[in-house]
Amino acid sequence: MHIFTNPNFNFVKWRWHAIAMSWVIIIAGLVVIWTKGMPKGVEFSGGTIVILQFDQNPNIEQVRGALSKGVPDGGNAIVQQYGPPASRQVMVRVHTAGAEAGGSLSATAEQVDAAIKKANLGNPQVVGREIVGPTVGKELQTRGTLATIFALAGILVYIAVRFQLSFAVGAVVATVHDLLITLAVLAFFRYDLTLNIIAAILTITGYSMNDTIVIFDRIRENMRSMRRDNIEHIVNVSVNQMLDRTIITGGTTMLSVIALYLFGGEVLKGFAFTMIVGIITGTYSSVFIAAAIVIIWQGRKPVKAAPAAPIAPAKKPRRARAS
Amino acid sequence: MYKNLRWKVLTIIIVVGVFFTIGVYPLLAERYHMPLPQYLKANQLKLGLDLKGGVHLVLRVNTDDALKLTSTTTSEQLRESLRSGNIPVTNIVLEAPTRFRVEGVPPDRDSQFRQAADEITATNYNRNPLAGGAYEFTMKPLIERDLREQAVDQALQTIDRRVNELGVAEPSIARQPQGDQILVQLPGVTDVARAKEIIRSTAILEFKLVEAGPSSSKDDLLKQYNGQLPGEMEILQGSAERGGTDTGPLYYVVRKIAPVTGQDLRVARPGLDENNQPAVHFELKSGGAQRFGKLSGENIGRYLAIVLDNRVVSAPRLEGRITDQGRISGGFTTEMANDLSLTLRAGALPASLTYLEERVVGPTLGQDSIRSGVIASATGLALIVVFMLVYYKLSGVNAIVALIFNLVILIGLMAYVGATMTLPGIAGFVLTMGVGVDSNVLIFERIKEELAAQRGVRASINAGFSRVFLTLLDTHVAALISAAFLFQFGTGPIRGFATTLSIGLMVNLFTSIFVSKTIYELELSARKEPALSI
Repeated sequence: MHIFTNPNFNFVKWRWHAIAMSWVIIIAGLVVIWTKGMPKGVEFSGGTIVILQFDQNPNIEQVRGALSKGVPDGGNAIVQQYGPPASRQVMVRVHTAGAEAGGSLSATAEQVDAAIKKANLGNPQVVGREIVGPTVGKELQTRGTLATIFALAGILVYIAVRFQLSFAVGAVVATVHDLLITLAVLAFFRYDLTLNIIAAILTITGYSMNDTIVIFDRIRENMRSMRRDNIEHIVNVSVNQMLDRTIITGGTTMLSVIALYLFGGEVLKGFAFTMIVGIITGTYSSVFIAAAIVIIWQGRKPVKAAPAAPIAPAKKPRRARAS
Repeated sequence: MYKNLRWKVLTIIIVVGVFFTIGVYPLLAERYHMPLPQYLKANQLKLGLDLKGGVHLVLRVNTDDALKLTSTTTSEQLRESLRSGNIPVTNIVLEAPTRFRVEGVPPDRDSQFRQAADEITATNYNRNPLAGGAYEFTMKPLIERDLREQAVDQALQTIDRRVNELGVAEPSIARQPQGDQILVQLPGVTDVARAKEIIRSTAILEFKLVEAGPSSSKDDLLKQYNGQLPGEMEILQGSAERGGTDTGPLYYVVRKIAPVTGQDLRVARPGLDENNQPAVHFELKSGGAQRFGKLSGENIGRYLAIVLDNRVVSAPRLEGRITDQGRISGGFTTEMANDLSLTLRAGALPASLTYLEERVVGPTLGQDSIRSGVIASATGLALIVVFMLVYYKLSGVNAIVALIFNLVILIGLMAYVGATMTLPGIAGFVLTMGVGVDSNVLIFERIKEELAAQRGVRASINAGFSRVFLTLLDTHVAALISAAFLFQFGTGPIRGFATTLSIGLMVNLFTSIFVSKTIYELELSARKEPALSI
């Protein structure tokens, strides 16, 4: 079975359009982040989350009313149904935590608890809480950014060693592209930046390389067998040859992540959403962006010397079949 | 043709069987009440706090406190030495945790002062002359770093002992990469407030001679000294929690130096005082007992302040010479007496602690997470199974077997190495399915390509596996690089994710290549005419 039989799309011709479109999304995302800010979860902004379970599903408005009376800044609290209605749980997020000094970090959480108990909304039980002081968040942001940069640098070096520098640059540019697009989409949808989302972003860093490496591998193979052709042609043939597997590998991963999004519970929803975005843009970028960067970096000259594969000499030169 | 086939199959059966036994079987046994041998139970897959329920605390050790203590002690020793050497100075002030200043050194005694000072301070402090007969002593940077390190280590050990005394099963107390932060994980703890109080209380116990007081007003005390307290004395407040009559705070003038401290304690246990009120009984080690005997013997009739965390708990009159045993009473409740003897036994913290982060996961929330994790995994697996069967027909079965082996070995290996499964770890598990089957997709597509080039079935399969191997190695290494940095970046739950993903990726190389290929070989060896359903 095939998705495409002998596809011959001219992806390379469309590379400038693709790059332009990506820039539009990225810049729009940056504008949103610049003007409205990136919404942050408690891990990053500090604050208090209390998850309460009731005997019956409470009226969210009543919970909100109780908070605005009993908790300082309670009027700005976020109150949401937590999990499926059957779990009868409500999540309350207040943007402040007790002071770090003096050991009263949980003061706000206790006020939330007291205010809701007082409002008589049906026997609330605290089933979980999360309190983060302001210092932790700042450190996390720095460390998250550093981890991403180091991961990219590590991959850059690895691919430069295994392929060649232009490939490494193409792969890393494509990955940075994926990260920026993902951040932009997260900003559009106003998802809170949490630790799980950072984990998803770092996973995308590794994952979005996969498709790119698969295509690069084919480009390298074809560079050996199609010495007379120029790089643009070789890249286009390679991308077309790999089109089925690019789509299928993206698709199977997508299936698992969609299962996670639908059934994985409240905490993993943001993670799954980020992965969905990352997989789509990762697949798109390895077709349109990564290869385009290799072409741009190498210039339009015909390939002089094909890079040797590190192991296993080519068996016999074969013409590519798909063109 | 495939002469090693029997050995390959045997290897796979043994590997999968072993990992199934240590990983998956204990989970099933627990769920369906099947017999579970003790050694399997002891090594079964660990669940993180976010799945099991419990308390997760991040504390910072305020290492400045430890530096301040050292500087205070050193400056007080210097004061004593100057007094006994008859070198008058006007003042000794602590300016910062790492710095103190001596003022008013008489010019004619300058060289004697420097000699006396160097004897006490030269190892740890740099001495700088200031204008007007003053000197500034600054802690050496190396000493400062060592002291901070020590303070964190000591705090870690103390917290560890206290948590162990609390009787929590499988607690984890670990230093964070941020240097001065400590992560405490207490599975299954419900009384968060008490746990926090016990961990945090500094429990610095000191015995100091009372010079004046008690009095309900600080000013009254100061008047006795013409408004200026001598440098070797300080005013301390009495403990606010006095049982019964509320008399308002009381103040004492005490000597700064404590001849006996909590470090001299051998045991501390809760008991009752002569009025049948809860109290803490203690015994001193021999060195402390000697000093305590000297202190009490020389000061019969005076009052001795028992100071806990800079508050006077009680100030009994010294009726006679006391050596190795004593009692602290001060209007405690039974629980306070219990907790105090617990913290005294476990030792004092070298510095105060600040809570930076607190997470509490109730057991219901954890169970909900496990349930949704299982449902998500089953759904993900089902979707992938359907797709692979439709798209790759019988070869899809091959990929599915490889995938299920992948997951079984993943769980078994995690249990074996003692890794922790967390909620994000479940996400890693589900992701492993999606990414893991990709390896088979790449191999199958390559085989299709080879078949289309009119190669034979056997040659196509061999070429498919051998040509894709390096590609798979590259993609897996790239993913492992990012997972490694993720592990480095994250705490608890995120590390669980990075671990699950990394182990899943490594196992995948084995299952998607070795297992898949063996299944093909098994299939082909059973047929006379090689054919492939792909």
